Amino acid sequence: MSVDRRYLLKSLVAAGAAAVAAEGTSEARVRTPLPADALGLLYDTTRCIGCKTCVVACREANDTKPDNSNSPGGIWDTPMDLNGQTKTVVKLYKSADGLHRSYFKAQCMHCADPACTTACMLGALSKREHGIVSYNPSLCIGCRYCQMACPFNVPKFEWAKAAPKIVKCELCRHRVAGASLAKTDGYSRYPKGHGPACAEVCPRQAVIYGTREELLADARRRMAEHPDRYVPKIYGETDGGGTQCLYLSHVPFEDLGLPTLSARSVPDLQHTIQHGIYQGFVAPLALYGLLGAVIFRNRRKQQSEQPEQENGGRP
Amino acid sequence: MTATGSTVDRRDFIRVCTIALASIGLPYAAAAEIAQAVARKKLKPSVIWLHFQECTGCTESLLRTSHPALAELILDLISLDYCETLFAAAGHQAEAALQKAMKDNAGKYVLVIEGAIPTKDDGIYCQIGGRTALEIVHETADKAGAIIAIGSCASWGGIPSADPNPTGATGAPMVLKGKTVVTIPGCPANPYNLLGTVLQYVTFGTLPALDDKGRPKFAYGRTIHEDCPRRAHFDAGRFVQKFGDEGHRLGWCLYKTGCKGPATHANCSILNFGEVIGAWPIGIGHPCYGCTEQTLAFRVAMHDTVDIERPMPPDTYPPIRAAQGHISPIATGLAGVVGGALLGAGYMASRKLGEKPPSEEDDPRKET
Repeated sequence: MSVDRRYLLKSLVAAGAAAVAAEGTSEARVRTPLPADALGLLYDTTRCIGCKTCVVACREANDTKPDNSNSPGGIWDTPMDLNGQTKTVVKLYKSADGLHRSYFKAQCMHCADPACTTACMLGALSKREHGIVSYNPSLCIGCRYCQMACPFNVPKFEWAKAAPKIVKCELCRHRVAGASLAKTDGYSRYPKGHGPACAEVCPRQAVIYGTREELLADARRRMAEHPDRYVPKIYGETDGGGTQCLYLSHVPFEDLGLPTLSARSVPDLQHTIQHGIYQGFVAPLALYGLLGAVIFRNRRKQQSEQPEQENGGRP
Repeated sequence: MTATGSTVDRRDFIRVCTIALASIGLPYAAAAEIAQAVARKKLKPSVIWLHFQECTGCTESLLRTSHPALAELILDLISLDYCETLFAAAGHQAEAALQKAMKDNAGKYVLVIEGAIPTKDDGIYCQIGGRTALEIVHETADKAGAIIAIGSCASWGGIPSADPNPTGATGAPMVLKGKTVVTIPGCPANPYNLLGTVLQYVTFGTLPALDDKGRPKFAYGRTIHEDCPRRAHFDAGRFVQKFGDEGHRLGWCLYKTGCKGPATHANCSILNFGEVIGAWPIGIGHPCYGCTEQTLAFRVAMHDTVDIERPMPPDTYPPIRAAQGHISPIATGLAGVVGGALLGAGYMASRKLGEKPPSEEDDPRKET
């Protein structure tokens, strides 16, 4: 053994002291507040007719290839879910008795405090202009931690490509970039062709875009006008720490595949767990102490056996 | 006779102009401008209409549209100085008329080519007045103001160019390389597409925007599939499986019977052929056979299906939670065995690590 006990103990104490010192300087997690122009979508299941114009417009705006892998003869664009070439998809909920139906448009929720950006070790995913959760492929190493972290199962990976990227909705930020927001009819509007494509083409305004504040106000107004029509909740107002994409629904949100999340964001929870483990450095010290004790015991045992071994081992 | 004279009344005239204008995307008000242009005699351009390897179907369909004004309008609008089908003259008289028209209107006349041009053996397979089609087309095209190839034969070869193509037939753009040739393919071509192009040239002196094959974008910019009246059946997956079946009688989608609509660029589905409603293949329950496309017509078998260029979503929806494959008990057992073996091996290896290092003589690696 090249590391003797004295060296090991000395290193342990030094590391412990350093960790305790570091703990002392850490602070409670502060969330970056959302910008006033945080852009989002408001999707209303009672308005959607399932025409999928948004899916086609998304393909055109983001230059993604139709996914015909699930159709016989490859004649239709039939993504079963968000995938490596699909940033938005319209799904159908049918209750078991067939009495309740609802369409559901899935895309990135653009969380106020996203799990993916904190999971991303190099900052390939980050919250940028308008609070859009943006992807920078030049920083991505393909670890797919974002996929694991996202509570909505949104980021997708291009499994079939040699140099794969993460694919997710970025609220058409390439169209939004450079265009200026103007207030029209109480909404922040981009010139035609510069807003999120799905919302621009929707024939029934089932999905609209705007700043988060405007969308929240609109959602509240709709619920106040038709309290019988909606589940009394705006999904995304607080769920998972709040999201920039909001949902109004006439069926329970769980049925639409939206997870039940507390008002705490995933990074918040993760922060608490991580910092709980290292609280006062008690748990690491206990663990290292236990390991040290085991090593100490083993060495004592080995030393007491050593004379015999030396005699028997070397003739 | 004039455009507003006794043979074509004003209402008919404006009506035809409006249909043609709508097809080339000009505003309704331009009809008046065109009417004036036609009324002014000096704007009446000389047209030389050449016939080569063809069936004259394009001329016939132009003359036999259900709306009588169309052909008359063409004749009113233009001065048809040479056309073998419509000529009263024959022989040397006709050829003299051609030479005179070319001389008098050099650089201004509209050359309409109908039919493929044979190129094999110096083009001897099609001769008029002792001259080959190649010679005639080169000579007339040199002094033309605009060149229009009508029909698939003139546009890219058509039926005469089908395998084995014994005469080396090809289209006007291939013969007249370097010149702008407006192609109006179709077998036969929709007369309104010719009319729209000619009207624009006569009135404004310009040609419509063309695609890479010389086809006016107003007529050939979209596929049949995009505007097909049976499209809803395609999206819903309701296909005719064989001719005469239940779906065929109900007017379902003809894709599986070999419809070339998804790959064929033409406006048949939105502009009635010769103004007869439903008078086109899909309209009568036959799959589109891709007559405007060089890569399809007379090359791909009639009932072969084509690839969908850009698949669109169907009328179905994925469920909220996509079905995932389930894990079989055997796989679970296998994974358990492998995992257990690894754990055991790890435990044994860690125990080995604690043992004394083997002496040099005992090390089996040293023996090799």
